[in-house]
Amino acid sequence: MKQKIVAKGLHKIFGRSPDIAMEMLRKGRHKDEIFKETGMVVGVQDANFAVNEGEIFVIMGLSGSGKSTLIRLLNRLIEPTAGQILVDGQDVATMSKAQLVALRRRDMAMVFQSFALLPHLTVLDNAAFGLEVAGVGRKERERRALEVLDEVGLKAFAAKRPAELSGGMQQRVGLARALAVDPSLMLMDEAFSALDPLKRTEMQELLLTLQKEHKRTIIFVSHDLDEAFRIGNRIAIMEGGRVVQIGSPDEILRNPADDYVRAFFKGVDVKRYLTAKDVALPDEVLVMEAPADLNAGFESAIGRLRQMRRNYGFVVDKERRVLGTVSIDSMLRCLAEGRTTLEQALLDDIPAVPGDTRMTELISNIVRNPYPLPIIDGERRYLGAVTQTILLRNMAQETANV
Amino acid sequence: MSEFLPIGEWADQAVNFLLENDSGTFGALGTFVGSLTELVEQALMFIPSWVLAVVLTALAFRRVGWRFALFCAAAVVVIIGTGFWNATMATLALVISATLISLMVGVPLGIWTAKSRLAAYFVRPSLDFMQTMPAFVYLIPAAMLFGLGKVPGVLATVIFAMPPVVRLTSLGIRQVNSEQLEAGVTFGCTPWQLLFKVQIPGALPSIMAGINQTIMMALSMVIIASMVGAGGLGNDVLTSISRLDIGLGFESGLAVVLLAIIVDRMTESFGVARPTKA
Ligand SMILES: Nc1ncnc2c1ncn2[C@@H]1O[C@H](COP(=O)(O)OP(=O)(O)O)[C@@H](O)[C@H]1O
Ligand SMILES: [Mg+2]
Repeated sequence: MKQKIVAKGLHKIFGRSPDIAMEMLRKGRHKDEIFKETGMVVGVQDANFAVNEGEIFVIMGLSGSGKSTLIRLLNRLIEPTAGQILVDGQDVATMSKAQLVALRRRDMAMVFQSFALLPHLTVLDNAAFGLEVAGVGRKERERRALEVLDEVGLKAFAAKRPAELSGGMQQRVGLARALAVDPSLMLMDEAFSALDPLKRTEMQELLLTLQKEHKRTIIFVSHDLDEAFRIGNRIAIMEGGRVVQIGSPDEILRNPADDYVRAFFKGVDVKRYLTAKDVALPDEVLVMEAPADLNAGFESAIGRLRQMRRNYGFVVDKERRVLGTVSIDSMLRCLAEGRTTLEQALLDDIPAVPGDTRMTELISNIVRNPYPLPIIDGERRYLGAVTQTILLRNMAQETANV
Repeated sequence: MSEFLPIGEWADQAVNFLLENDSGTFGALGTFVGSLTELVEQALMFIPSWVLAVVLTALAFRRVGWRFALFCAAAVVVIIGTGFWNATMATLALVISATLISLMVGVPLGIWTAKSRLAAYFVRPSLDFMQTMPAFVYLIPAAMLFGLGKVPGVLATVIFAMPPVVRLTSLGIRQVNSEQLEAGVTFGCTPWQLLFKVQIPGALPSIMAGINQTIMMALSMVIIASMVGAGGLGNDVLTSISRLDIGLGFESGLAVVLLAIIVDRMTESFGVARPTKA
């Protein structure tokens, strides 16, 4: 996978003589000591990460952990004290002013927490702002601005002023302004944090939809775990200016690096972030390979199920792709009718469940179906089974853990 | 008590020094200010009074409302009826040229003080000085440097009336929302683009308030400036004082007040008509 942006040893120190603070950091002094002794603030300390092309990379952390500083270092709204920022292999930190302006116009766009629209411009002119700055002619930039306003559902409001729009709509304009320049990299600093929960969810959906249509590399700052898990392909967690863990939502959920990360999940209903494959057990249900041969196959299958005190079994093919579910009843019926292969005994109303199905959805599915559900990956290969018992056991565990 | 700090003498010497050594620059400046004022006055006089009255009333109707339009129409009738139309136009010409010069100097100065700490360090006390020094005092050196007439009047007015627009421009620029600035930079603005596309538009309401104040101060100063022969309504006011002519004083004073109200409301309407909140 191609790396779009890479940060290496990135530091930001706020204060009069950053060199002194850097030297103290090198000697292993803590940022709190540095602040006490020199009054300088270590905003970001030794950030290292690589963001792949087309992924949504979420930077999460408590207020004051340095998220805004870090994201602003990437396009040099804040000058880095030390380190490299490689965008497509080019170091942003050492670029000249002119190169930087060119890079910002071509490759990067940003969406702000407070929207930061220009009140004296119409919605259309706001959306076209990046293009205007880059010197695109009026006709062309207005055409493009209308196009993106349409994408965010605001075409009808093009002639209005930002002040006439609700917060959610203003942020759609902010998003349109960023999309208009067709950036390969989007920086979003708490872009949806100022919106009420309903609008926030709506904007997250919009972002995911846009991302489906046109994959962009997005760096998204958030202090909201829910948001991070919803939209993030990978998440970096920041604490006191340092990046303490990077991983997929799953990895972070299962293996929190330290108590700080764990504290994020405290009081949060973690179950909501689990997916079907997280709870599925591989050995709970009998799995049989088709095409099994004749009646003997049936009879031994029935025998094995009875022995395990189970009613249902899964049928897979040679590549372990799930074909369906059989029950003792369905096999007995087949025997009576003289049909002989497992496929013919498949129950046709039991769905296979994709592994990334969310818990909430899975629960409602299981409540409606008293039988075990096979969980599959993207290629329909068998991952495990989820039954009512497994689900209940899981929930009981969670409750015990809290 | 003997004075041991002859500051007055120094000021006197400084003006004399300027007078003796650098009359070329003052000559050029005087010519520029003189012709600007002349041009504005000619333009105002060239337009027939009734045309100006109709335009003014229509504008008042559009920008403010029918009540104010009615007031304007009545005010014009009063001014013409008392025979002060020409004097009023002469005063207006002085105000307009003094304001134009104040803006040409004041707005860039305000922007500069917003951006440079060093500039602010020197400009701010100068503004305090300009604003608090009694207005009459400027008239003496102005008259010495430029002779009697409109030019010293306008220049003394500029000095007196410029501080508000400098202050409020500077304030407006400094108060532009920081995320809006970041947005400008993020989308690739050069420093000049940032100034013209984000900072000045963002500061505009504040700049407009400054312009309004500058105009009002200019109006009060041009009356005083008639002492050095600037002409206009100030002349009539002065005459009425020297002759203790109550009637003349009241009529000319009334014209000043009417002009002030009209100018104030009209400029204000341009300042607040734009939606300013994000
Ligand atoms: N311009 C600045 N000068 C001094 N300290 C700053 C400045 N900007 C941010 N900081 C400090 O850096 C730390 C990180 O801030 P920030 O990046 O805004 O955190 P977050 O976005 O995660 O809330 C905070 O302690 C903040 O006070
Ligand atoms: Mg922040």
